[in-house]
Amino acid sequence: MGYDLKMRVWRGDENGGELVDFTVPVEEGEVVLDAIHRLQATQAGDLAVRWNCKAGKCGSCSAEINGRPRLMCMTRLSVFDPAETVTVTPMRTFPVIRDLVTDVSFNYEKARQVPAFTPPEGLKPGEYRMQQVDVERSQEFRKCIECFLCQNVCHVIRDHEDNKQYFAGPRFFIRYAELDMHPLDTLDRKEMLREDQGIGMCNITKCCTEVCPEHIKITDNAIIPMKERVVDVKWDPVTRFIRRRKSPEQPRTPAKRADTAGS
Amino acid sequence: MSEIERHSYDVVVVGAGGAGLRAAIGAHEAGARTAVVCKSLLGKAHTVMAEGGIAAAMGNVWSEDNWQVHFRDTMRGGKMLNHWRMAQLHAQEAPDRVWELESWGALFDRTKEGKISQRDFGGHRYARLAHVGDRTGLEMIRTLQQRTVSLGIDVFMECTITELLKDGDRIAGAFGYWRESGRFIAFDAPAVILATGGIGKSFKVTSNSWEYTGDGHALAMEAGAPLVNMEFVQFHPTGMVWPPSVRGILVTESVRGDGGVLRNSEGRRFMFDYIPEFFKAETADTEKEADAWYEDHANNRRPPELLPRDEVARAINSEVKAGRGTPHGGVYLDIASRRSAEFIQKRLPSMYHQFKELADVDITKEPMEIGPTCHYVMGGVEVDPDSQMSKVPGLYAAGEVAGGMHGANRLGGNSLGDLLVFGKRAGEHAAAYAASTAASRPAMADDDIKKAGDAALAPFSRDGGENAYTVHRDLQETMHNLVGIIRTAEEMSRALQRIEEFKTRVAHVSVEGHRQYNPGWHLSIDLKNMLLVSEAIARAALERKESRGGHTRDDYPATDPSWGKVNVLCRLNDSGTGIEVFQQDLPQMPDELKQLFDDGSH
Repeated sequence: MGYDLKMRVWRGDENGGELVDFTVPVEEGEVVLDAIHRLQATQAGDLAVRWNCKAGKCGSCSAEINGRPRLMCMTRLSVFDPAETVTVTPMRTFPVIRDLVTDVSFNYEKARQVPAFTPPEGLKPGEYRMQQVDVERSQEFRKCIECFLCQNVCHVIRDHEDNKQYFAGPRFFIRYAELDMHPLDTLDRKEMLREDQGIGMCNITKCCTEVCPEHIKITDNAIIPMKERVVDVKWDPVTRFIRRRKSPEQPRTPAKRADTAGS
Repeated sequence: MSEIERHSYDVVVVGAGGAGLRAAIGAHEAGARTAVVCKSLLGKAHTVMAEGGIAAAMGNVWSEDNWQVHFRDTMRGGKMLNHWRMAQLHAQEAPDRVWELESWGALFDRTKEGKISQRDFGGHRYARLAHVGDRTGLEMIRTLQQRTVSLGIDVFMECTITELLKDGDRIAGAFGYWRESGRFIAFDAPAVILATGGIGKSFKVTSNSWEYTGDGHALAMEAGAPLVNMEFVQFHPTGMVWPPSVRGILVTESVRGDGGVLRNSEGRRFMFDYIPEFFKAETADTEKEADAWYEDHANNRRPPELLPRDEVARAINSEVKAGRGTPHGGVYLDIASRRSAEFIQKRLPSMYHQFKELADVDITKEPMEIGPTCHYVMGGVEVDPDSQMSKVPGLYAAGEVAGGMHGANRLGGNSLGDLLVFGKRAGEHAAAYAASTAASRPAMADDDIKKAGDAALAPFSRDGGENAYTVHRDLQETMHNLVGIIRTAEEMSRALQRIEEFKTRVAHVSVEGHRQYNPGWHLSIDLKNMLLVSEAIARAALERKESRGGHTRDDYPATDPSWGKVNVLCRLNDSGTGIEVFQQDLPQMPDELKQLFDDGSH
């Protein structure tokens, strides 16, 4: 049942690189990550790739397979013709570190800008009461495994480096939506979402929804409702008066990476 | 020396899973300057793979539940070998730790009254697991990650610790490398908390992620801290078996908690044939009673499919050995014929997705093929139950890397609670300890830092040596075949001989390429840890001449009460070339807790 798979894998670093041809034996039922691991073990011991769980739960092994953003661990080789060459390249929106590994620190910066969940004052842990139907909307967004494929595919930042500083991206639009729809959250982040996080730049092409391995309806259930809510706040003086609260203090201590940590 | 990046903290936490992040939050809130150092990106730790839930006696579904019942279930599940004080603290504090997660933004599934819903799991008398569908671990890691970030705690991602450094007897800091650049980094810190998780990557079939190379277990032994209970490795009864590429991936116990049953190739619900004496009184002996239990716990006993994991894993192993297995060497786990498609998709969305995408199996229509997979190590660093400090001053351990809490076998759902309860305790106690060293802060010696760097770079200086991947594969094969789910003295002795050979092979491994993000180099360093841990497991397992919990001996099939009074411990021998074992009396449970077992059930 096994066969020899022809692969082209991008190898290189921040200074450039190229597609390298490999032929690797594969077995029935295997996924692209299995083929990459076999390359590492037998032909290219230093081939850089991120992975953790190999079960579609951690969102580490994101890459572009034949040009399509996917998790390598959830892409079965049976979707390709055995004669086809499978090309694996790193996510294009993020700077390459080495081979298939990219610098995704953009996403961690955006995560730091999200003001945390803010429960009502005086509500003690253990006293929270919420109905299942009311938590389900936010639960959909909390399925996110942070593979960042939605960020990678988003036109606003994919080939527009300049936009990155003004645009949080689909992963964080669902995070803002999750908090906005949380039955007990008290903080209004809508003004921030419009002004600092750039939700208005999204033109609803739904590419993010298409690549989401968790099948989260990012555009329909998060971005469109949030665009509507943001407009309500901006244009309706009554709701704006009621909903708006003081802008929160944001935590700004940066997470350390090799390239940023002070020594 | 000048080119090595250095940082100074009060508390350094190694690992960013549930225990590590909760420890970091605890230390930070106690006022310590705290750093988290983790091998992967933040939010990718193995905790994300926990599916079923967090066991906590909140009494939301069954008001009869309380910490004493949870404590008793935990001790019985662990075959009474647990450290009683850890099991007690865990049962008492788990509810507060769950409610705290909710106050940080976690969104658990709800009861009709709007409280946190709780589900049934093996070995727990009442439905007790707080959960979010079958992705509870993800909810927990995301909540703790978001809390960590909002508190501004420093996180060093994709950074691997290779050595702990001491000043005299005390911890002085930790040394490691950035995976991205290969450059070295050293942390001055009087307190280090190990939260590195488990050891599954020493075995061929495992549910564990790549990070589970026993780093904390090995670092602790090298620093002089003994490990306890290393012979107890949990093989989860239900891992995927087909296709080969996904063999070992976890199938949550919730499938059985929610009504799924195990059948052999003849269609027989075989678990009724494997009810041990110890659990007879509380286990249903007819299908009718077992099926009635889901709706009426008060008047029926539990289905045998929900016996503790060690019992179910052994039963599956026996059925397959007896020739009643599936075509791919497992047994069937069937929920399709027992629950509606809608129920299954709502309660088990990840499992539905996982089988559909990886095995072309629709679990709402057909049974799953499953078999045992290496899942968890009960053994770990011997710690003080209240503070989580090891025998080395300043060195703490929390979560899977710590030993004692789960005895000979861990109940499902008790891991996530363990991470939270003891993570918090470790963080707070480490912060207090670090503050107490202010007048005489331990310091790392430059010479020790240099030696640590030389050791890490050694594989680059060797030419033509073996490839780390090959040695790793052979080690996994050896542990799987010779120190796996059923053990004998003869096989384990053979494993120990091979381990001696592996030591030579690991010492000669060479790597290609350079230091920047080089997985071959990373593996060559992790291999040393896997080898130490494998030796500890094999030696401890050879020492314990009985069968109990996660340790089954074909040559000593009975549980021996005299072995129920002692723990087996492992430490590095004086020359540092291998592991030696010794025995130690089990800590004595106080009388008021002993009374909880007075129904003669232990």
